[in-house]
Amino acid sequence: MSINAIIVTGYGINADAELADAFKMAGAVPRRAHAADLLADPAQLASCSILAFPGGFSFGDHLGSGLVLANLFRSRMAAELKAFVAGGGLVLGICNGFQTLVKAGFLPDLDGNGQPSVALVHNDHGRFVDDWVGVRFEPASRCVWTAGLEPRLLPIRHGEGRFVADDATLGRLEANGLVALRYDGRNPNGSVHDIAGICDPTGRILGLMPHPEASIHPDTHPARRRPGRQLLGLDLFRAAVRWLEANNPA
Amino acid sequence: MRIEVRFSDRGLDGRAAGLADKLSRRLAVDIGVAVVDVFLSSAPVSVDRARFVLADPVAQTVAVDRPAASEPDLDGWSWLVEVAYRPGVTDTLAITAREALALDSGQSAPNLASARQYLLYGPLDRDAAGSCAALVHNPLIQTAVLISAADWRSGARPPASYPEPAVHDKPEPELLPVGRMGDDELLALSRDRLLALSLDELGAVRAWYADPATATARAERGLPPDATDVEIEMIAQTWSEHCKHKIFNADITYEEPGSPPQTISSLFKTYIRATTERLAPRKPFLRSVFTDNAGVVAFHQGSLLCVKAETHNSPSALDPYGGAITGIVGVNRDVLGTGLGAKPIFNTNVLCFAPPDTPEPEVPAGLLKPRDVLEGVHRGIVDGGNQSGIPTAAGAFLFDESYLGKPLVFCGTGGIMPETVGGKPSWEKAARPGHLAVMIGGRIGKDGIHGATFSSLALDEASPVSAVQIGDPIIQRRMTDFLLEARDLYLYRSITDNGAGGLSSSLGEMAESSGGVLIDLDACPLKYPGLSPWEILVSESQERMSLAVDPADWDAFRELAVRRGVEATVVGRFTDSGYIEILANGALAGLLSLDFLHHGLPVMSLPARWSPSGRPSSFPQPANDWTEALLSILAEPNAASKEPWVRQYDHEVQARSVEKPMTGVRRDAPSDGAVLRLDADTFRGITVTHGICPRYGDDDTALMARMAVDEAYRAHIALGGDPERAACLDNFCWPDPVESDANPDGAFKAAQLVRACRGLQDACLAYGLPLVSGKDSMKNDARAGGRVISVRPTLLVTLMGAMDDVRKAPSTDFLGPGELVYVLGSTGGELGCTLFERTRGPDARYGGAPDVDLGKALGLYKALARAVSGRIARSCHDCSDGGLAAALAESCLGGRVGLEAELGGLPGTWRTAGCPDPAPAALFSESGGRFVVSIRPEDRERFEETLSGHTVRWIGRTTADPGFTLTLDGRAVVRTDLDALERAFKTPIGGHGGGRI
Repeated sequence: MSINAIIVTGYGINADAELADAFKMAGAVPRRAHAADLLADPAQLASCSILAFPGGFSFGDHLGSGLVLANLFRSRMAAELKAFVAGGGLVLGICNGFQTLVKAGFLPDLDGNGQPSVALVHNDHGRFVDDWVGVRFEPASRCVWTAGLEPRLLPIRHGEGRFVADDATLGRLEANGLVALRYDGRNPNGSVHDIAGICDPTGRILGLMPHPEASIHPDTHPARRRPGRQLLGLDLFRAAVRWLEANNPA
Repeated sequence: MRIEVRFSDRGLDGRAAGLADKLSRRLAVDIGVAVVDVFLSSAPVSVDRARFVLADPVAQTVAVDRPAASEPDLDGWSWLVEVAYRPGVTDTLAITAREALALDSGQSAPNLASARQYLLYGPLDRDAAGSCAALVHNPLIQTAVLISAADWRSGARPPASYPEPAVHDKPEPELLPVGRMGDDELLALSRDRLLALSLDELGAVRAWYADPATATARAERGLPPDATDVEIEMIAQTWSEHCKHKIFNADITYEEPGSPPQTISSLFKTYIRATTERLAPRKPFLRSVFTDNAGVVAFHQGSLLCVKAETHNSPSALDPYGGAITGIVGVNRDVLGTGLGAKPIFNTNVLCFAPPDTPEPEVPAGLLKPRDVLEGVHRGIVDGGNQSGIPTAAGAFLFDESYLGKPLVFCGTGGIMPETVGGKPSWEKAARPGHLAVMIGGRIGKDGIHGATFSSLALDEASPVSAVQIGDPIIQRRMTDFLLEARDLYLYRSITDNGAGGLSSSLGEMAESSGGVLIDLDACPLKYPGLSPWEILVSESQERMSLAVDPADWDAFRELAVRRGVEATVVGRFTDSGYIEILANGALAGLLSLDFLHHGLPVMSLPARWSPSGRPSSFPQPANDWTEALLSILAEPNAASKEPWVRQYDHEVQARSVEKPMTGVRRDAPSDGAVLRLDADTFRGITVTHGICPRYGDDDTALMARMAVDEAYRAHIALGGDPERAACLDNFCWPDPVESDANPDGAFKAAQLVRACRGLQDACLAYGLPLVSGKDSMKNDARAGGRVISVRPTLLVTLMGAMDDVRKAPSTDFLGPGELVYVLGSTGGELGCTLFERTRGPDARYGGAPDVDLGKALGLYKALARAVSGRIARSCHDCSDGGLAAALAESCLGGRVGLEAELGGLPGTWRTAGCPDPAPAALFSESGGRFVVSIRPEDRERFEETLSGHTVRWIGRTTADPGFTLTLDGRAVVRTDLDALERAFKTPIGGHGGGRI
């Protein structure tokens, strides 16, 4: 039984092709679906067990990163998405996709009411940044995408990646194991608690600023010529596929 | 009504923090900033809806008709600046907000305009506040309202609405009696309408209208014998230097001392096309060259690659940000419009500016300050490239005083497409009679009118506002996605982009394959009413492509466009009438024969007179220690680290980036170019490199061109590229080479052009590098403040090469201590025109420029390619700006290792060049054909065997100790360490390198 993944495209999303490659290399069967087509026919979700929102600049980020796309999904597909996750489906949002999930209220959704409660705002230095940064994964996190992963370098490229939340929300995220990954060493954007990615209370929805899909080939790693095996972002997709294989034996 | 969006906590607004940082630096006083986004709506929008649709639900607050500037938590500001777009300028924020409101409600949204308000905190008088306002808007496209806190308290407010473009009644085409005009009238017409046509050319137009056959044909279609403005504008755009490359196709009489005059009939045919034609038999990868928007090559089975570079200099001089964005999205469209459409996979940019610390008094009135140009262009590249989802793979920054008048903004793009589409070769396309002429993407406005002719003139105080367009990467991204989908469904038969000249150029060119076109200007979608028919035809409004669609495919094409949110409109039909027929206001408003339009342009005649530069030749003063000289070179803006700027470019999207702009242990050393993967399941890839060395043209532009080709090809080899499979683009940016009273040394500049073409040809033939596409920009002069500032003649060579296994790509950084370091190639003694000379003061003149022995170099390159392929050469760096010493320093910085090297045994003529102190030549000569290579000690024999017969010298070894010592005959001529090298190399450009990251 193949593990199918739907990759959302269109409206200025631009990292969909490599995200499809990543899922394919991890053993899943990816299909890119234009957001307009998916919103017109949400029943498509029944055909897959992974829904992924790639990075990019949906609607130009003109009104704030991911905002317009978030509102589209919130107003047209919230119920379907909730049912999809409840049925064991996995959801991933990378960079712009993370911003979309957060603004749509799908993540972290601590109270299950679909209300947005955290934000990703402009980097504290006000600039876009492209670099590879150290990332460590929280062993205590309930996130199924990152379970058991060791620290590694992952690429980042964003202008609005500063994770913020009020103290109460932050406390609940930390206490419930919803912080999935943190910047390790240098914090590139001023995120509170060095937070680089969070999951929802099911552990099945992950949003993160780093781009694991841009680290799927050893030869694109910045330390490609240096000794030792470099750990890749690809492992995250493998972890998700393994989890689905173990938990959805159908 | 006025909707205002802002962060509830000022501390969360990184944009405001970044701006406060910049304003504080520029004005040398502590300034705080709060940013408020403003939407002015023609109809009520509820606060709840606005909060939901226009703002971050958690971090931002929304107020309707309740000014943020009066809110207690923002209290304390001293000035308010509100910036809005001028009428008719694309307001992308408002467009997106409208779309968001419409998508949310399912109904059409009210008219919106956006503005941005800056609340400034700090002790600022009106002048200082005005300076801040000047730094946050460009008066060419935006207006700024400045209100003091005191005035605010007395009730002063920004406008309740901003003016919309004036709407005229349906403008009719105007008749111009061109066939009956005298010379003076013609010249006045050309000047008044910004036609940029010479008297010869105007004469040819007059003759065509005066021809009885023309009058008869017109009468038969009910047209008067007089020209319409629609026709004249179309002719001017089509015949512009920008579109027709009149100078590259001119008959040139070339003279140099001691030789009889020589006639060159078309530089393009003689030196560019002929080069490729001669190489074609042994370069089977060539698919389509010079005929399409970009050159097309087949480096690898199953897919084709194309590459193109453009310049966007004049617009960037006026509006650096918009000019640069439009440059990028424009060249992206070239690739998208190549063959049946290629997907852009990388961008490049090479940017030439005046030094950002140029003292203000040296900047003539009417020109922007170099720092503002640099920052604006850079921000444009950041937004244009990043938002398009195309990695910025490679590029360069150059700084030289001659770019004060016009900056040079070279934007390049490479694309990939399948070998076949619809079972046919993807690189071939043709509109056929009966096909629909379809325009897709953005709508037409008054922006960018006369861009093609404007760029064919010198920049002066009267340069038109309307010539600037602003690209929106997102509209184009959506169009790109749609087009690639439509291409794979084979829903169109031909495509080209709307760039310079707008529809007049795109449909005019496509009509050549069918034999005619009927253009219905009434059908064209407009941003706002009131455009004259000629404006619709030549507008360069962005994000538009023109296509030929078979009527049988139209329903499917349109249906897909609707689903993808892309506007597609039938604006005419291709015919075989032999004419361009133009309808406006329901009647025929233009009739131009294709033959006249495309072949009626008279050939220009151009004198070219060369005289050798006779650069004064002196020698640097002997010295015991050259450490400071090396540190000065590393700190010079041309060599210093561009990391803070480059880090703002996305070079990882699409997951192809093997060799990145910055390399080494800490990712802070420069690489020689880019290596990109092509697909996820193979190791096939490409290299992308550049060569550009305008300083050498001070001696001889032929040397400049040879060295530029060598630099690009050498970097390709250093990256591990296949010596046999590479192709080049040539982009010439020249000062006006047409001699006239106003341009007395035009003939010399023309001779420089001839010699550059010869140098280019020599090097390309020697290295086997076909030229597959190119572009020239011939009027890079500015008249301002009573001065003429002309760019140094500049040739950019962009190379795209093949690589079969990207895993073998070396990089510039040494891999560890204990490696053996070699210098490959011979070192000459020329120090003229080098970066070393530039750092020795304004009067230093060390004679002639460096050169390269092309034949010897090629043999060495092929041997080195074998060493790279065999994984013997572990690091590889070309020697260019700053010579051997700079290259060694960069390789050490990348690897964070020290070095001990002895240069006494360097092969070459450097000792015998006459300089009393041989050290500067050994350290800083910029002779071509050289590399720094490192290997493991155990590979020594294999390496030397692979390179045997070539010029190779072992000079030393890397060390764990951070010392950096270069000796000459045992005497230490450079003695320093990594920290000092790093400090020098990371000297911020213009005092502050793009801000902290």
